[in-house]
Amino acid sequence: MSQTIKTTFQLPIGPIHPALKEPVAFEFEIDGEQIIDVNVTLGHVHRAIEWAARKRNPIQVLYLAERICGICSYCHPMAFALAVERIADVEVPEHAQFLRVIHAEIERMCSHILWAGVAAHEIGFDSVLFLTWEIREKLLDLTEYLVGNRVTKAITMIGGVRRDITPEMYPKIKETLQYLKDSFEKLRRVYLEDKTFKMRTKGCGILTKEEALKLVAAGPTTRASGVKKDVRVDQSYFAYCDLDIDYMTPDILTGEVNGDVYDRIIVRLLEVKQSISLIEQCLEQMPPGPIVSEPKIAKLLAKLKKVDGEGIGRMEAPRGEVFHYVKLNANEYIYAWKVRAPTYNNIMPWIPMLKNQQIADIPIVAASTDPCMSCTNRIIMIEDKKTFILGKEELHQRSIQKTRRLHL
Amino acid sequence: MRFSMLPQVFVQMFKKPFTNKFPAKYTPSSTTKFVEKIQNGTVTIHPPVPIPEHFRGKIRYDKDKCIGCKLCIKVCPSEAIEFKEEEKKIKIFLARCTFCSQCNDICPVSCLSMSDDFLLADTDKYSKNLIVE
Repeated sequence: MSQTIKTTFQLPIGPIHPALKEPVAFEFEIDGEQIIDVNVTLGHVHRAIEWAARKRNPIQVLYLAERICGICSYCHPMAFALAVERIADVEVPEHAQFLRVIHAEIERMCSHILWAGVAAHEIGFDSVLFLTWEIREKLLDLTEYLVGNRVTKAITMIGGVRRDITPEMYPKIKETLQYLKDSFEKLRRVYLEDKTFKMRTKGCGILTKEEALKLVAAGPTTRASGVKKDVRVDQSYFAYCDLDIDYMTPDILTGEVNGDVYDRIIVRLLEVKQSISLIEQCLEQMPPGPIVSEPKIAKLLAKLKKVDGEGIGRMEAPRGEVFHYVKLNANEYIYAWKVRAPTYNNIMPWIPMLKNQQIADIPIVAASTDPCMSCTNRIIMIEDKKTFILGKEELHQRSIQKTRRLHL
Repeated sequence: MRFSMLPQVFVQMFKKPFTNKFPAKYTPSSTTKFVEKIQNGTVTIHPPVPIPEHFRGKIRYDKDKCIGCKLCIKVCPSEAIEFKEEEKKIKIFLARCTFCSQCNDICPVSCLSMSDDFLLADTDKYSKNLIVE
């Protein structure tokens, strides 16, 4: 008599799926409701931005970088500007350094509050989604008031920023910050004390500290697992060294680190509070001065045309560390540009997070790292209408082959 | 509290809507007639939300001031500006424009500026409304 063999099911989700906001393909191996294994495939929204940049000068690339992602429309051009400033030895005036911090923190708050709403939506708590987006709307109004547009800020310039924040603008900023402080208590009560949230997020999608370190997770995802990692503190840029800033880990509030979705909510809410205090500190300490080191853009372009060298720009984006590599070779256009967005690091932690979870927890666990696919998709290989992924061995082999080809 | 969102939901029921109001309370049966009525002054609408001071809208171009230096073409990130060789003047295609106002910044004679006109929807991307020259 033959024995019954128990098998698992394959459940593909994506690349296009109603539950996903952006294209990414999952392949789940499930046993009943439980996830046994998961595989993630990327590369569905590659737009050849880095290639397009090779036909543009550094000032044009600023606006191209702004369009990598809608939510990170400030940190991408800023990281690019940091890289170019490092190559060309451009010194940013002190006033501009503080302005850069203010804009970065406004973007961080926008992103975190937006994420909080999306997380609520993923567990089916849509009334909270509308509450958070109402708060975010005030922040977008402030952004529009300061830079002229709601999302694409066009504020970055190599060697500074493009628009000043004058003392006449302070009352509006302070009013919005006060509104945020009042709403923060509301948010805290809803997210951290509500039974529904606790039931769905506690003990769900756990990422241990060891796994977070091993998989090099970035941003709030890794800080929620207790890893003290933040570019603003570790390698201070802009005016962060003058401000009172520390790592935000969940044990500040609860005294323990679990690394679950609940802890990721805590970290992001704490960071919103931190951002409010950072902007207040900036408004107090900001010295007067010029907003850009070289106001004549034609002169700046002529200077960048002569520069030869390579540099990197690191910045703490709302989702984690964003990294830009730029190479200039004394030409009008940039020679090479490589972007590594934080989601790239936060994709692999999905696998330990999703294992042994239930199917219903997939959306909230996946959303808990705040993934941004349009930031991540940077390389895809297409040959004979088939896509394929290059492994480390094959890349090494190809590299050797190219060296040999060049020697001939 | 067990359900801390619940009081908030009840409060929300008696609050005014947070969103901006539509011009008309109910959808008019005929939009063209409705617009006519507004022009006659027989119907009042909710006023539009004020545009912020530094808003970047449709580009204004002062043709007489322009010296044809081509600097704006050099910095335009979306290649929306075309140079007219015979006239030594420029032509801006707003269908490609990203409204970054970089051309305004670099212009040595300040012949370009941003207006607060944002209603630029059109079915034809080469329509007269979308080309500044």
